[in-house]
Amino acid sequence: MNNYVFIESRDPSEAADVHDCFNLARQLASDGDQVTIFLVQNGVLRARTGAASEMLDPLIDAGVTLIADDFSVRERGIGPDQLRAGVAASPLEAVIDGMAAGATTVWN
Amino acid sequence: MSKSTTLTFALMDAPFENARTTTAMRLIDIAARRGYNVNVFAYEGAVYLPFARQAAHPNAVHGHDVDEENHPLPKDWVSALMRATRQNGGEFNWINCGLCVDERGADEAVEGVRRGTPADFWKFAVESDNTLVIATQ
Repeated sequence: MNNYVFIESRDPSEAADVHDCFNLARQLASDGDQVTIFLVQNGVLRARTGAASEMLDPLIDAGVTLIADDFSVRERGIGPDQLRAGVAASPLEAVIDGMAAGATTVWN
Repeated sequence: MSKSTTLTFALMDAPFENARTTTAMRLIDIAARRGYNVNVFAYEGAVYLPFARQAAHPNAVHGHDVDEENHPLPKDWVSALMRATRQNGGEFNWINCGLCVDERGADEAVEGVRRGTPADFWKFAVESDNTLVIATQ
């Protein structure tokens, strides 16, 4: 089993290739790999409660771990209780943890 | 993870343009505070991140003088990251792509920045535990 960390700094409405990143992550997780998507900067916007969720639901269903950078969340006025189920706020340390553990780390 | 962990970052964005630079610096800062060895290869516009002639400025619109404006300068972030890494027992290397420097006339960098080629990035990557490329989008 391989370990992947994808860093996504954009919202899917901002750039079409966010869809490609999410699709790749979903396929890898479906194949049994350990996959984390770390949402940062505007990437956290889709993690708000009430945001269109058709992008994130398949990832959660496939077992992808979704993390939102807590600084980016606060910076955008999103309260801790305003993140959708299945997304956890966490410090950026999680990315360095993954890199130090040898995860294939890709900034999309 | 041991303090001998070595992480390499490739940066491409010019300063003052994108939040990716801030996030990249935050990531490097975490590695520095852990005492990891940190390598940075600055490519294209990123060679201006440690440019020594960056200058803070006042903000007349807001009525702030230079001190009140407290304008952040990436060159100071680079120097601070070097200090933090070394204070925590790590080694810090920053290499600016030489051709990118020449194209831009960005040949005045803060102390500790070296000039190199993409081959140095390859060496960094080979010798590191992991590498993250933060490309311009």
